[in-house]
Amino acid sequence: MDEVKIIEIKKSIFADNDEDAALLRKELKQKGVYLLNLMSSPGSGKTTTLTRVINLLKDRIRIAVMEADIDSDVDAVKILQETGIASIQLHTGGMCHLDAEMTRQGLMGLDLDGVDLVILENVGNLVCPAEFDTGAVSNMMILSVPEGHDKPLKYPLMFSVCDLVVINKIDVLPYFDFDMDQCREYVLMRNPKARVLPICAKTGEGVEALAEELLSRVKAWKEE
Amino acid sequence: MHELGIVFYIIRDVKKVAEENQVAHVSKVVMEIGEVSTIVPDYLTDCWRWAADKEDLLRGAELECRIIPAVSFCGDCQQEFGTVEHGKICPHCGSGNTWLLHGNEVEIKEIEV
Repeated sequence: MDEVKIIEIKKSIFADNDEDAALLRKELKQKGVYLLNLMSSPGSGKTTTLTRVINLLKDRIRIAVMEADIDSDVDAVKILQETGIASIQLHTGGMCHLDAEMTRQGLMGLDLDGVDLVILENVGNLVCPAEFDTGAVSNMMILSVPEGHDKPLKYPLMFSVCDLVVINKIDVLPYFDFDMDQCREYVLMRNPKARVLPICAKTGEGVEALAEELLSRVKAWKEE
Repeated sequence: MHELGIVFYIIRDVKKVAEENQVAHVSKVVMEIGEVSTIVPDYLTDCWRWAADKEDLLRGAELECRIIPAVSFCGDCQQEFGTVEHGKICPHCGSGNTWLLHGNEVEIKEIEV
């Protein structure tokens, strides 16, 4: 029998992805493109929020959208129908998240010429997408009222990597035991720099504040 | 639920190392998994069995998970404490100004060939 040989590796499995992501971020900076990675659990209203925000911003900046899902193109179709903005659908082929390499491939499929903001709608999931840096300039997450205010305690990593936390579906607050102040406190416990914005994507309440926040971030990224 | 995705990353990295070292077959991969890394070792080894057996390089190879305990440090009283027992709040002084020292690792430590 052959002798057993040990090869020491001692390397994080995220190391290669972190390098890819940092490089992608640098390239986007040179192009003046702001990449926003949007994450949430399934059904929190990512696509509805996006269509609202895009309709408020599309005459002021150029926006492109990448939809990532395990399968189907319902989100890409909905974005196109309701905003007129072209979006591309990425299939992760069973994977529960996007990594920097997949994001780069998606960006290659978009015409980035003159584009100011690219929104990446990640796979609906509060665990894995938080572990993989996509190369985005910032991470935004949507937490909807029916999910409960305790989610920052249950998914600590997700809330520590996001600096913009949108609380959606505030129109149903009277029907749920959702404590907004408590939620805000839990979010800040995970990331003291996070901005918390309550909205209702369905009625449009609070969406303007979100659009303004994104607009100022895009401008700052170009000017910094 | 994300362990299969992690397994694909492990396989990709091991393949790369095997190629660099001209290795034809790997018999064991040793991982270091932090206690609060969100990886469930049992799921990881189950996914590993399924995925590794599809690769000539890794057929039958064992995946060993060594667990690294999670330890946090308090910036106010400068003491360490167990993250799993106490979470974010320092048990010595009650401060929330604490951070993880280790326990978040998902590393390939070594492979046996």
